Amino acid sequence: MSGNKKKYWLDDHGNVKKVIGALFVVCGLLFVADFFYHKHSHFAAENFFGFYAIFGFVVCVALVLAAKWMRTFLMRSEDYYDAE
Amino acid sequence: MPSELLSPGIFQMMAALLVPLFFGQWRNIYMATIPIVAFWWTLGLNPGDHFEVAIFEVSLVVLRVDNLSLVFAYIFEIATLISILYAWHIRDTVQQVAGLVYSGAAIAAVFAGDLITLFVMWELTALASVFLIWARRDDPSFKAGMRYLVIQVGSGVLLLAGSIIHFKSTGSMAFDYLGVGTLGTNLIFLAFGVKCAFPLLHNWLQDSYGQATITGTVFLSAFTTKLAVYALARGFPGTDMLIWIGATMTAFPIFYAVIENDLRRVLAYSLNNQLGFMVCGIGIGTEMALNGTAAHAFAHILYKALLFMSMGAVLFRTDTIKGSELGGLYKSMPWTTVFCIVGAASISAFPLTSGFVSKALIITAAAEEGHWIVWAVLLFASAGVFHHSGIKIPYFAFFAHDSGKRVKEAPFNMLLAMGLAAALCLGIGMFPGYLYQILPFQVNFEPYTTPHVITQLQLLMFSALAFTVLMVKGIYPPELRSINLDTDWVYRRLLPNLVNRAIVAIGTAYEGAARLAGVKAERILRSSSHYTGPHSALARTWEIGSSTLWVMVLLAICLLLYYL
Repeated sequence: MSGNKKKYWLDDHGNVKKVIGALFVVCGLLFVADFFYHKHSHFAAENFFGFYAIFGFVVCVALVLAAKWMRTFLMRSEDYYDAE
Repeated sequence: MPSELLSPGIFQMMAALLVPLFFGQWRNIYMATIPIVAFWWTLGLNPGDHFEVAIFEVSLVVLRVDNLSLVFAYIFEIATLISILYAWHIRDTVQQVAGLVYSGAAIAAVFAGDLITLFVMWELTALASVFLIWARRDDPSFKAGMRYLVIQVGSGVLLLAGSIIHFKSTGSMAFDYLGVGTLGTNLIFLAFGVKCAFPLLHNWLQDSYGQATITGTVFLSAFTTKLAVYALARGFPGTDMLIWIGATMTAFPIFYAVIENDLRRVLAYSLNNQLGFMVCGIGIGTEMALNGTAAHAFAHILYKALLFMSMGAVLFRTDTIKGSELGGLYKSMPWTTVFCIVGAASISAFPLTSGFVSKALIITAAAEEGHWIVWAVLLFASAGVFHHSGIKIPYFAFFAHDSGKRVKEAPFNMLLAMGLAAALCLGIGMFPGYLYQILPFQVNFEPYTTPHVITQLQLLMFSALAFTVLMVKGIYPPELRSINLDTDWVYRRLLPNLVNRAIVAIGTAYEGAARLAGVKAERILRSSSHYTGPHSALARTWEIGSSTLWVMVLLAICLLLYYL
């Protein structure tokens, strides 16, 4: 198959780095965007600068670490139930 | 439409039975026409329309139309059409009929005005849908189907028992607001909860949706649980307990979704999480929250079907759906990749997609009622769903390390169904007014405000940042060939083990007792075997002639005794 040889844009490691770099830039811009508008908040925490950004980052890291820890006692081999 | 056909759902079920009469392309055309006709019929219905039939002395309300039933009927019919298009290449009459009867029963259930009609349709959805699991025709799916059936029919039995008790105490079979508090309504609540996959009652969902056929899972994802959401919204709006049940449901499945390897099961966990938002909205019970539940159900059915379709296409082409074996498929399935990303963006509630305009109603309603813990949990779940559904699904299937798999793009009919769903996801996101118009109550909400757009983007992009950082640092748990224990362990391992142990214990006790009784017991056994064992006089088979002879002898003795 000729498709096997074809080089894709994302195959280049440098381009992957560009994507990651762009993500950092977007996140930076979104973070400072908090300067430029007024939040209609329901709770005091929301008024904290960059609340949603920090919240999103922290809970996701916590989620992954917790899930990874859960693997230690929940994970079984694929044929675990085969002997039913 | 003639009223003898009762309701669009019952029409669809009857039309499904004629499917075997059509062949080839005619069957495809016929099947696609059914939901279009049902949809057209539903468009002509008006709130307040009502139709009853009398069976014996019971009057059944087979058609009760109001704004709540209409919005669910619309989306069920759209989902039926999409599922049929997606399954157009299938030549399996069982699946075709089962899919249409199943979706028809779900539509008939949302139009049901009394608990008996609801019960009948409730059980029909269970019975018809199990064939979409069994249609894979292998041992694991047969077993998964049995487990699914027992639980679904069990839910129906609870509903029936609750309805009867409710009728005894109130004299009413009407399916309106019920509210928890009496034994009857509590049982009905539990029946809805099982079907809605409440926490700890949830595992039938991941178990069966991961085992059903490629096209069957698309059907399954749309109807069963959303029918339960509808039933809860009808019978139990404003029930405080549901706020907490819903919040729990949004949070705990996402931990499983992060470590699950089977990507269709990942989607089943995130389906569970999205149901949590809807249940939470029902619990809050304000007009805005109930609008949010209906809107979110509508949007969710589309993007969830889209995600299941894209993963189904991957399974169809590569014969695997394990994250550990996939990757790099964007090279050979570019359209499927794009559609999957649209679904992923919608479930994550990116601006301009359907999830953004529907989920916000529920989260804002929670904030307006001052439920700050629930609000924080919903926010956590929103970030988390992007993490595991929005990023993980497209990333591990289409990007990540290149698995080297080079396959064909999905078949045209699959792309057509995915394209239709993707267009609707984006259309609703860009023009939310059309969806807001058909919600049960007047909507006073503007989703596209600067704070809402910016804060939502912050939440999502920093969630993506967390994923990227963890991935680059090598902290993110890799996809492993494995399964994770969930509540199904109780009935697949624990209970069978206990029963086995009990059987062994009884056997041992019996042997012990026999030994204690010793020769005496042995003798009793032998003598009883002598008279009643397989070769004894009592167990022998007799010819009919000799039996007649004996009867005659007995009669003769009777006669003799009579004369004496």
